[in-house]
Amino acid sequence: MQTMFSGKKITGILGILPECSYTFEEETQNMSTVRAKRLKTVMGYGQRRRAKKGTSTTDLCLYGMRKLLDEQYIRKEEIGAVIVVTLSPDYFVPHVSNLIQGHCGLSHDVICMDIPQGCAGYILGLMQSFMLLEHMQNKKVVLITGDVLSRKEQEEEVFVNPPSGGDAATITILENDPNCGDIFLDMRMCGEENNALIYPCGGFRFEQGKLFEEKVDVGDGILREPYALNMDGTAVFNFVQREVPILLDALFAYAKKDRNEMDYFLFHQPNQFMLEKLAEKIEVPKEKMFMSLVERYGNSNSSTIPLVIADNLAENMKERRFQCCLTGFGTGLALGGILMEIGDMDFCTIIDSDL
Amino acid sequence: MSEIMEILSELRPECDFRSSTNFMEDGLLDSFDVVALVDAFERAYAIKIDALDILPEHFISIDAMVQLIKKSGGAI
Repeated sequence: MQTMFSGKKITGILGILPECSYTFEEETQNMSTVRAKRLKTVMGYGQRRRAKKGTSTTDLCLYGMRKLLDEQYIRKEEIGAVIVVTLSPDYFVPHVSNLIQGHCGLSHDVICMDIPQGCAGYILGLMQSFMLLEHMQNKKVVLITGDVLSRKEQEEEVFVNPPSGGDAATITILENDPNCGDIFLDMRMCGEENNALIYPCGGFRFEQGKLFEEKVDVGDGILREPYALNMDGTAVFNFVQREVPILLDALFAYAKKDRNEMDYFLFHQPNQFMLEKLAEKIEVPKEKMFMSLVERYGNSNSSTIPLVIADNLAENMKERRFQCCLTGFGTGLALGGILMEIGDMDFCTIIDSDL
Repeated sequence: MSEIMEILSELRPECDFRSSTNFMEDGLLDSFDVVALVDAFERAYAIKIDALDILPEHFISIDAMVQLIKKSGGAI
């Protein structure tokens, strides 16, 4: 789907991190040293944030919402909608957005909506936010991303492959502003590749109440570990390298813009290797594409794009506006890109929680 | 070819690559190893491997890796 919006702005971005950080070295002690060292360098692994046992996605999101409300970056009566993008909701029902509405004491006419999306989720969330703003007049949309997929459940852990996921939440406030320019969007879904990123268990596909202690055949003849994200790394890598350049070509053509007009290419942050290969493929200078997040916090799914903005451009984003290309890609499989001006924000920062 | 074998042995010292006809299917290499190999080949042969060439079939054997390095402009 290609479409455009106008007169909308990002007012502010807040990132919320769990307290505990774990280094690549301490988590990969059981791996061959040469392999681990090489992967650390190539993939850009460093440390990652992980939520404490018992911390939920809602806990992280509420920590940020309370800060924004307490410090009056937003008032309750200004909020018209709460959208939450997450792959790790507290419950199937009620939804995280409803929990947040209730805990924050927001009005009953606030629209609440959860979007179960992964690494393309921020783009989908922005699209939904822009559509809602068309009907919100002076109200603001609160777009929240958050996951606790890497939460530390036990002290002793043995990883077969280098862990790269990180927990985090972000809150983006959006509002109408007639002085803002056009926003161009291209969103694509490739469901035929759904098996490349899958949690086999935990939904309603299998018998309710069944405990999976053995590997599960999810229909492709391949037995997979239950209760764990299964990723066909090669398939995902090839999907990204093949489809993202096509998406961006189409998006820039639709917007009648040149890539050189962009100040920054703010992409989802899976790992340094994938981003460097992508930068080569789409011929974007590395200085315009940040790759810092995996090394500093880990891959936090739909939170990576707002986090990479706040981590690298916090002060700049409060002073002026920048032409930006945002791109997300992941579960679904799905991918999406947005060309828009971002900046002149009221706030743009990352905070540490005690969660 | 001996240089490739050296890289493989350094990366996966526990594996016997000489007894396998398909490193990927036999479980000697996985997608993380492929990433590490791409980096090692790019450094060793001063090449850039195209992202779309990073496919499992190019890493199933020494011969396949030689072909990939040649295709990427490497002298081997």
